[in-house]
Amino acid sequence: MNLSWRRLFAVLITLAIGGALPCAASGEWDFSGVVFGEVRTFPEKPRFASQANTTFSPSLVIQPELVYEWNDRRDRVTIEPFLRLDAHDDHRTHADLREASWLHQADDWDLVVGISKVFWGVTESRHLVDIINQTDQVEDIDIEDKLGQPMVNLNLIQDWGTVSLFVLPGFRERTFPDDDARLRGLLPVDVNHPSFESDAEGLHVDYAARWAHTVDEWDIGVAHFYGTTRQPFFRRSTRPSGQMVFIPRYDLIHQTSLDLQYTTGAWLWKLEAIVRSGHGDPFFASVAGFEYTFFQIFESTADLGVLAEYQYDGRDLGAAPFTLNDDDFFIGARVTLNDEQDTALLAGTIIDRNVGSVLLFVEAERRLSGHWKLEVESRLFPYVPYDDLAAGFRNDGFITTRLSYFF
Amino acid sequence: MRKWFLLILLLTLPLPEVLAETPEEKGLAIAVEADRRDTGWLDQQSDLLMILRNKHGEESTRALRIRTKEVEGDGDKSLTVFDTPRDVKGTALLSYTHALKPDDQWLYLPALKRVKRITSANKSGPFVGSEFAYEDLTSQEVEKYRYKWLRDETLGGREVFTVEQYPVYKHSGYTRRIVWIDKKMYRPLKIEFYDRKNALLKTLTFLHYQSYLDQYWRPDRMDMVNHQTGKHTALLWANYRFKNGFTDRTFDRNSLKRAR
Repeated sequence: MNLSWRRLFAVLITLAIGGALPCAASGEWDFSGVVFGEVRTFPEKPRFASQANTTFSPSLVIQPELVYEWNDRRDRVTIEPFLRLDAHDDHRTHADLREASWLHQADDWDLVVGISKVFWGVTESRHLVDIINQTDQVEDIDIEDKLGQPMVNLNLIQDWGTVSLFVLPGFRERTFPDDDARLRGLLPVDVNHPSFESDAEGLHVDYAARWAHTVDEWDIGVAHFYGTTRQPFFRRSTRPSGQMVFIPRYDLIHQTSLDLQYTTGAWLWKLEAIVRSGHGDPFFASVAGFEYTFFQIFESTADLGVLAEYQYDGRDLGAAPFTLNDDDFFIGARVTLNDEQDTALLAGTIIDRNVGSVLLFVEAERRLSGHWKLEVESRLFPYVPYDDLAAGFRNDGFITTRLSYFF
Repeated sequence: MRKWFLLILLLTLPLPEVLAETPEEKGLAIAVEADRRDTGWLDQQSDLLMILRNKHGEESTRALRIRTKEVEGDGDKSLTVFDTPRDVKGTALLSYTHALKPDDQWLYLPALKRVKRITSANKSGPFVGSEFAYEDLTSQEVEKYRYKWLRDETLGGREVFTVEQYPVYKHSGYTRRIVWIDKKMYRPLKIEFYDRKNALLKTLTFLHYQSYLDQYWRPDRMDMVNHQTGKHTALLWANYRFKNGFTDRTFDRNSLKRAR
């Protein structure tokens, strides 16, 4: 762990709270959050002898959120710590500050200072354009869980769109499962010895800018990022013990991105595309597809959405971080019952066109009461050839059952 | 569109004094007058508690806050933020409503901090699992319906116009609605909804109207009963505030992330 971003965070929070205190009498506090217990079930034995043979893996998460608003809600401080205790994976037992930020809103601009999270993009099967936050990969392999990112973010809201400018001091390294954990992949990742292209290593300050606008049925975003890649390249290495490991290497990259959605009737047409340079030759990658919704199927209140996307990635795997999404089709279905419990189900498959490997996933959720929610998620690898990049996961298909209490 | 209707009204209004007004003309005239009387409030915000009850009597609730901005010549803009159920706290829905074409809607998911443009072609779908469809809750523009005045009568001791309305929007969930409009307020006291098979589906009752700014009538309570499922949804409105100085920025896509 590096201390630098923590120090920066301390400065930012001092600034934010220093600004807050004079007005504290007129403000409003809000405390909420979630506690959840989950069990990951791995039906198969692990592929590698060095992986622990766990079938049921329980863990507990606590994620409270404290919000203080003042100045007629124009100023807001949000503190959101996160803690997971995992029975088997020591790396998955981890803490993070998901949010520790001060937001100031004016009519035509707003400013975020501190640790925060930002999402960009439109597609469902891959989040190609989203780059501000580092992935908290021990949480799930779907890369939707993110670590809090220190930032100064100014948003200028104009009739011709919103311009967002980011200064991102303090790089967060990606989290990876422990050496003996399930879902660790082909080789353990040596998170203690990362290498960086920048001499400043984790202190490199990254920058990003984005323009986003809505014109009738079109939602468009164009962005550029310069800084340390969020996804590292894996270099093979051998520990003194003789254990083969992956050493993460974080290059400096430029990434220019476009995200586009066209919404018409029951159709959503989506496109994400990037050009990235910094890992070998510049390359292009894209996700494009649609979601079509059949409303009130079989005279019920349920809706059925049909999703299809194509993933292309032209990166050189000898120089750039690996990807499974180089030439893949995604087909999925989303069922929302529109009932009192907001019952919803998303199921899909991603099929690699070259090697034919297949990933299946199901995500289902249902509210049990005003405070309780039940979720079941499953990611399975029914067919992965031994020479595929995904081969490290082939025995680690799992089913997560999660019971959450919201307060 | 409103100007167009006013023009029609100007052309048609003097005529009924001379010629007999048809039931269709009278129905339209009532709608235009109701619209005229509810114009000029600029913007409003209110708190809403929804109580959903199924046929076994089991209840669940949703608490939300709604901000609305009046838009001349189009449907209103609204921003809805959920406080409960707790798992959807902070979820926000931004709608630019339109009379005859699908609304523009964006949903903000706070856990992912993701703003999603969603399809809204289906205005007849249930709103958050309740007995209210989206089309029951969005602004009542004159051009959303064709009209036919049925009769004048009394309802609960009040003088009302009873008007039949036929949705123009092709994906509406209704063939028609029968609306009892109070003659003093020009606001509905009761609405019956008939489904696509023209069978009685739901009845909505408006209770405890209050006048705001001496001019704009808003109910404290709305009760929807679904006759086909036995389910019931009550809407309890509180803290109506008008002319808050909301601008288009208040209803910008950006505002979703900042809403809370």
